[in-house]
Amino acid sequence: MAIFAKKMKGGSPAISTASLPDIIFMLLFFFMVSTTMKEVEYKVNIKIPEATEAKKIENKALVSYIYVGSPVTSMQDKYGTKPVIQLNDQIAKLSDIQRWVEEERGKRDESDVPKMTFSLKVDEEADMGIVVDIKQELRLVQALKINYSSRKVTQK
Amino acid sequence: MSRRGIPEVNAGSMADIAFLLLIFFLVTTTMDVDTGIIRKLPPPPQGPKQENVKVNERNVFVVLINPDNLLAIRGNPADVSELRYRVVEFFTNPSNNENLSVQVNIQDRLNDELNSEEPDQDLINVYKNIISEIGGGVNLTKGVVSLQNDRGTKYGKYIEVQNEIVGAINDLRNELSMQTWGKDFIHLNDDQQKMIKTIYPFAISEAEPRSLAKD
Repeated sequence: MAIFAKKMKGGSPAISTASLPDIIFMLLFFFMVSTTMKEVEYKVNIKIPEATEAKKIENKALVSYIYVGSPVTSMQDKYGTKPVIQLNDQIAKLSDIQRWVEEERGKRDESDVPKMTFSLKVDEEADMGIVVDIKQELRLVQALKINYSSRKVTQK
Repeated sequence: MSRRGIPEVNAGSMADIAFLLLIFFLVTTTMDVDTGIIRKLPPPPQGPKQENVKVNERNVFVVLINPDNLLAIRGNPADVSELRYRVVEFFTNPSNNENLSVQVNIQDRLNDELNSEEPDQDLINVYKNIISEIGGGVNLTKGVVSLQNDRGTKYGKYIEVQNEIVGAINDLRNELSMQTWGKDFIHLNDDQQKMIKTIYPFAISEAEPRSLAKD
């Protein structure tokens, strides 16, 4: 350091970087606490509708997501452009929903199963037909607590 | 005191490691919280075809959205903007209009429940709480909003309508809790919320799609 100081004679002194790790760690912890992991990779385009009465979902661990929207460009060769259902990481058929609900239930504690919420993330341009079909499938397996995912806005 | 032996670890690269972790978290995580309108679906139809329960027509508020995303309230074309106050008016029926929902006094409801064959003790307690805390002049509504849509209706429009109906009920709940306790509904304790929920339930029925109603 003595040599270093001698070289810089006359110039401004070097700023200590000893506290840099602490600052970065602080940022790191902030992001770790305030963000959540991405749930899945989207295979469908979804623009969530807006609603003034939207509420925050309390227990995120007990929520399973059903995505509905038109397939992304790379998937359109295979699935067309009409809205489709995505469960987990794959595009699925309507008839897969019942089995998928059972799988999702199997992942949770038995005591938590009645508290599970199925969140429908549906593109606002999709037709109600597909949503009605999903709702019927969910009813048949007694998955009755649902959430129409929508962005919270204060004023329309 | 200071014995040579353990050399000090160089912490110069600590910042780099922390940076790496920070960037990893920035990339793999998202900040969005899931918000939405939480609803309960009716249980699946059980057994053979159920007889149509006879309901008094004045107690049903039919909201219909057609495939062109146009709205009809009780058979007449209407705009979404008037839906909120129409629903509030329907549930409270302040002028005792013969076409709006039937209002039942809380005392009568309590007496009915006490005289029924299988009294529901929880419900009786809630009713008694309402009478002692909010007052005996409270009316309960028999009204139900029936939301009907076509398969071709846009989901965005459906949510917009759903939002207005939920908003109307939330407005009623907030107004009553403000009057009684001077607080918003969400700041009330569980018992108080239960009372308000009993007075203004989420009485929204999402109609069975036609294909199911047929068989």
